[in-house]
Amino acid sequence: MAYRWKNTLTQADVTPKHLWMNRRAVLAGLAGAGALGGTVHAQETLEPNTLEEIRSYNNFYEFGTGKSDPAANAGDMVTDPWEVTVDGLVDNPGTYALQDLIGDLTVEERIYRFRCVEAWAMVIPWNGFELADLLNKVGVKEGATHVAFETAVIPEVMPGVRRRVIDFPYVEGLRLDEAMHPLTMMATGIYGEPMANQNGAPMRLVVPWKYGFKSIKSIVRITLTDEQPPATWNIINPREYGFYSNVNPQVDHPRWSQASHRVIGGGLFSAREDTLMFNGYPEVASLYDGMDLTVDY
Amino acid sequence: MTAIVDPINRFARKVPTWVVYIGYLLPIPFFFYLAATGGMGVEPINALEREMGEIALQLLIIGLAITPLRKHAGLNLLKFRRAIGVLAFVYVGVHLGIWVVLDMSLRWEQMWGDIWKRPYITIGMIAFLAMIPLAATSNNYSVRKMGATAWRKMHKLVYPIAALGAVHFIMVQKVWEAEPLIYLAVILGLVGLRYIPSQKATGVASKG
Repeated sequence: MAYRWKNTLTQADVTPKHLWMNRRAVLAGLAGAGALGGTVHAQETLEPNTLEEIRSYNNFYEFGTGKSDPAANAGDMVTDPWEVTVDGLVDNPGTYALQDLIGDLTVEERIYRFRCVEAWAMVIPWNGFELADLLNKVGVKEGATHVAFETAVIPEVMPGVRRRVIDFPYVEGLRLDEAMHPLTMMATGIYGEPMANQNGAPMRLVVPWKYGFKSIKSIVRITLTDEQPPATWNIINPREYGFYSNVNPQVDHPRWSQASHRVIGGGLFSAREDTLMFNGYPEVASLYDGMDLTVDY
Repeated sequence: MTAIVDPINRFARKVPTWVVYIGYLLPIPFFFYLAATGGMGVEPINALEREMGEIALQLLIIGLAITPLRKHAGLNLLKFRRAIGVLAFVYVGVHLGIWVVLDMSLRWEQMWGDIWKRPYITIGMIAFLAMIPLAATSNNYSVRKMGATAWRKMHKLVYPIAALGAVHFIMVQKVWEAEPLIYLAVILGLVGLRYIPSQKATGVASKG
């Protein structure tokens, strides 16, 4: 069941802090001299962000568009009890209490890089299970090609929904083979603690090789379909946000160069880092064999 | 109206312009200190960058408000206008410097690409470049040398500069946000006010 995917980023692998602090100083110095610029893959990204960082810098437009809005506003969302509707091309459709849906799945910790399309990144120790485990449990019917997801809409506790900053509910989708990939997980916690509301409690998607907005939060609906489902940012601006939205430093985004990013928590003088293809998860490349990723971005 | 305006005018006459310079220069190291010590959140570079840009826009708005305030309200703050304009340029410079050094880590190639490929950066850069001649001629010598008419004409460049600054702010956002739109509306309003005759000319008496 679980542990099919071998985690390469563990606490034990983390460079001791005094070493990466020195390395960062060295890198900053070299970058300052213009000698290295964008060619160094700094190892300090292996250090997971602090829980405070992960909980205080979020995009969750249901609670406002500012980075600190979700932390400030999401507290009133009630995540227990929580119901998730599973429908479409599944053997066992229905509306489930969350615990009934996922209570028997094995939870593990995975330290993943998280890369936002806005050119910032974190390293997050998620707790969760492989999405494949959940999909296998509800039974995917023959003919299903995609999975669609939907975030809760609770206007009473969601100021961004009341202000209609974008069209809600927030929706996202994956191709079925992406959804079944062992890297793709549903997270229910971070650092062994229950997920904070601003991080997408009680259950969110995590697809580490795609830009963060694909990893939809606070899921209330999972639908198996035979067509490519709508995705919120793709609808708002298809030129800027493709359906796939794989992290790709070579595909230029109209708004942000995706060649590099800044790691949250590095402070005022942290240098940028080069962005890696598929966010450093090359094992997913075969999913896109034969596709031109500059067209299907 | 005069009951409010006259004391302010009397007070303003007594305040030396260096007070304005100090009042706006001191916050710069203060914000850097805040950012460096965790007072601006876990992503201090972006927060600082935005703060400096917003203050620059506010200064441009204050500068644009001085003439209409005099014309329509009789408030005379003209002596501070040069300081306000120069300070706006300083804040834009700090904003740009943060982008170059802290945000982009001196990745010149990527920045060069960004300036041409990303319209909001192109617009911001145009506005900055257009401010340079204005800042460089913000002294009595330049006014004398150019002649008041030519100098004034050139400094009307601040109207499109302020508007471009606000458009830059709007475009940085992923969705339509109220705050940057308000900045643009205020700037367009203040420029528009210059084409409305003053109250005295239209015969509307100000009520005290």
